[in-house]
Amino acid sequence: MTTKTAPQTVAAPATPSSRLSINLRQSGIYVAFALIIVLFTVLTDGALLQPQNISNIIVQNSYVLILAIGMILVIIGGHIDLSVGSTVALTGAICAVLTVQWGLPWPVAVLLTLLSGALIGAAQGYWIAYFGIPAFIVTLAGMLVFRALTLTTLGNQGIGPFPDEIRSLANGFTGGYLGNVALGPLGGADLVSLLAGLACVAGFALSQWRKRAARLGYGQTVDPMPVFVLKLVGVAVVVMAVVVQLARFRNLPWVLVLLAALALGYSLMANNSVFGRHIYSIGGNLQAATLSGVKVKAVTFWVFVNMGALAALAGVIFAGRLNQAGPTAGTAFELDAIAAAFIGGAAVQGGVGKVVGAITGGLMMGVINNGMSLIGAPSERVMLVKGLVLLAAVAYDVWTKRRA
Amino acid sequence: MSDEILVMRGITKRFAGVTALHDVSLSVRRGEIHAICGENGAGKSTLMKVLSGVHPDGSYDGEILFEGEPCAFNGVRDSERRGIVIIHQELALCGQLSVAENLFLGNERARRGFIDWNRTNHEAQALLDRVGLRENPTTPVNDLGVGKQQLVEIAKALSKEVKLLILDEPTAALNDDDSQHLLDLLDGLRDEGITSVIISHKLGEVTRIADTVTVLRDGKTIETLPAEGLSEERIIAGMVGRDLEHRFPPRTPDIGEEVLRIEDWTVHSPAQPDRVVVDNATLSVRRGEIVGLAGLMGAGRTELAMSVFGRTYGVGISGRVVKDGQEIDTRTVQAAIRNGLAYVSEDRKRYGLNLIEGVQRNVSAAALEKLATRGWVNENEEYTVAERFRKSMGIRTAAVSTPTGTLSGGNQQKVVLAKWMFTDPDVLILDEPTRGIDVGAKYEIYSIINDLAAQGRAVLVISSELPELLGLCDRVYALSEGRITGEVSREEATQERLMQYMTRGQNS
Repeated sequence: MTTKTAPQTVAAPATPSSRLSINLRQSGIYVAFALIIVLFTVLTDGALLQPQNISNIIVQNSYVLILAIGMILVIIGGHIDLSVGSTVALTGAICAVLTVQWGLPWPVAVLLTLLSGALIGAAQGYWIAYFGIPAFIVTLAGMLVFRALTLTTLGNQGIGPFPDEIRSLANGFTGGYLGNVALGPLGGADLVSLLAGLACVAGFALSQWRKRAARLGYGQTVDPMPVFVLKLVGVAVVVMAVVVQLARFRNLPWVLVLLAALALGYSLMANNSVFGRHIYSIGGNLQAATLSGVKVKAVTFWVFVNMGALAALAGVIFAGRLNQAGPTAGTAFELDAIAAAFIGGAAVQGGVGKVVGAITGGLMMGVINNGMSLIGAPSERVMLVKGLVLLAAVAYDVWTKRRA
Repeated sequence: MSDEILVMRGITKRFAGVTALHDVSLSVRRGEIHAICGENGAGKSTLMKVLSGVHPDGSYDGEILFEGEPCAFNGVRDSERRGIVIIHQELALCGQLSVAENLFLGNERARRGFIDWNRTNHEAQALLDRVGLRENPTTPVNDLGVGKQQLVEIAKALSKEVKLLILDEPTAALNDDDSQHLLDLLDGLRDEGITSVIISHKLGEVTRIADTVTVLRDGKTIETLPAEGLSEERIIAGMVGRDLEHRFPPRTPDIGEEVLRIEDWTVHSPAQPDRVVVDNATLSVRRGEIVGLAGLMGAGRTELAMSVFGRTYGVGISGRVVKDGQEIDTRTVQAAIRNGLAYVSEDRKRYGLNLIEGVQRNVSAAALEKLATRGWVNENEEYTVAERFRKSMGIRTAAVSTPTGTLSGGNQQKVVLAKWMFTDPDVLILDEPTRGIDVGAKYEIYSIINDLAAQGRAVLVISSELPELLGLCDRVYALSEGRITGEVSREEATQERLMQYMTRGQNS
């Protein structure tokens, strides 16, 4: 009855099939996005992928995508923010007052608007993080309060027009600094845009290559070389296809440049910064994070400050796009941003999600919107489809989780 | 004999590889009070859950005869229909609802779907009179103290025409007066012909009220004794047994000077701020020493540890934490970690791990700053660290990216230990480090604990398993009702001695 040596413990039940299903879960969204693009390309006889239409999709959805970046962090942290639509309206109004009525220079006005957004986030973050009221309640209150403040500021009419710089941030395109080049049957295309696209692809390839080399150096497993190259080529083809189409139309929209920078910055922040990691650990297991010394309250607070600042950025861009700050601006934007995050693979319980996923989710809804309006579907049917897509995306997520 | 109301034969129950009950038998005579005694984890609560249908028919082996008929319960409702009612340690009352509403919850006094309030409150009053609770039936349950809530539970059982009443630690949260009243009530119910099965750690109560005592140990029935003339010492002898096996890796202690000293530590309950949970406790741990903290459920062990570690439990905390002769700040978790403390929780799934993340991100979670420059984490270094712990601690996982939720209990515990070892602490508080872990993995955890001590760290182990404390520790403190009631060295420690300290109440 005495055992002198330690008996072997049973091996961990991590089978290859469970790893496969995790991969399926993560890549499902991209596959679905590709399928939706193919579907609408066929239904619209290719109109979806016309240069001007691609440009429209990006410009029309830019503010929702910016909100989605902030929202995914909120949701990873295990919270929700219902107030962003009203924050968009209020910050748009603030920006209009600062530029149109007070005549402040536009960079100062934009900076002050972003600061006011951060303050709005801080006010809500205080009640959520330090006072312990559920985010759902605090931001529901915020949704009403900030809409009320917008109406107080604006009365019943809009303020405009905005300075050209703010309008071109929302609607404008990079200039044709180097002229056009001929692309055979595709016609002329802007050289700067093409070079920027090539630089992005080259930069991406280089960083992936260095990451791979470093991982190999530490003895970690990496994708086999053919898979690695295939992934790079895939990304390069998609990016260049979009860039070529844009270059054929009116160069790169400034909001695309902004969005690319935000996507890159926030992805890095979420994955590789101590702050980003703490958001994941809070959402994954609040108690464990607390007992591991994570400053749970401070992190939660700053996540909401960040959300407020990004909502202000979306507010500036939305107001600039319409060339006026209106009292009903941003209505139901919070729902689009939340839907984007969940379609993009976030989990309701928190702890799961990716910035790129949220952006893909937002684009997916944008493509559905755009594609359905191209084929002349009435708006109620667009709503119906978007609702079902959201349900299907989360159902798929729950299903893969249960199977794992 | 046909006066047996309940016979359980050959009950065996397994949880994910761990055998909680092994061929347990129990027979209860009609109209008696039958006490079940045993250490924490002996299987008492599991046995009662099998009986009441919480663990449904088919999830265990063996047979249950109630009033001579075989039973196959698929849930609590089935057993209640037969007149078996269980009252759990955590009371199952809806605090916002009134006493009367709670009494008839799921069993409403209604006419055509609408509650008949007159009948509800009238019948409730009659039930309250029976248990001697002088309260208005419309009072919200939250307005009552724990003792009175316990009486509401019993009244609820009476409303269901109970024949066999099971009480799991009914007096654990009660003060002396309330306990006294409850025991008197059970006496009275016995006279009415209601049979009771009572699980209790308070052996004084057991010898006072019970007619028969059954002792469980390690999921087995050890003995059933008539309570007449039974001494507490005799019950303890049955509870602890005498089979200390060679389940522990060998170790030569190398003990240095004192590292940590907790002085005059007093903690109050956050739920009832006037209740003292830890009462003026003083204890110390030396370099390279493994010190045990023994105590029964509710003695305040975890509360002591968590209140020291960043005040993560309790209110009205007073006392000093001294490390290397200096008083240190442990008011936040960050400060406690910075001052070289680590606390491994008793519930690794709730308090220890992020189950949806891999080993790598769990191991780094408490000391991410060590892997970061200017706020940016070096994932490759993180991977190397995780791999190092995977090898040195023998964490069995497909990869360090595998979610920890899919690992076995023993491997999960190693991940938690790795997380805290990576913070390089001077003092580790390990709360139930081997709970829910199979025997082989326990040996490995013991080896890791020995290594920690050999590295010159001070280790404080909280455990419900006395053999574990005796096999592992150089010194053991006993805690009872929040007070340190004894301190024994490895040489003088016996299970009987510790159990005596652990059951020493305020009155004795």
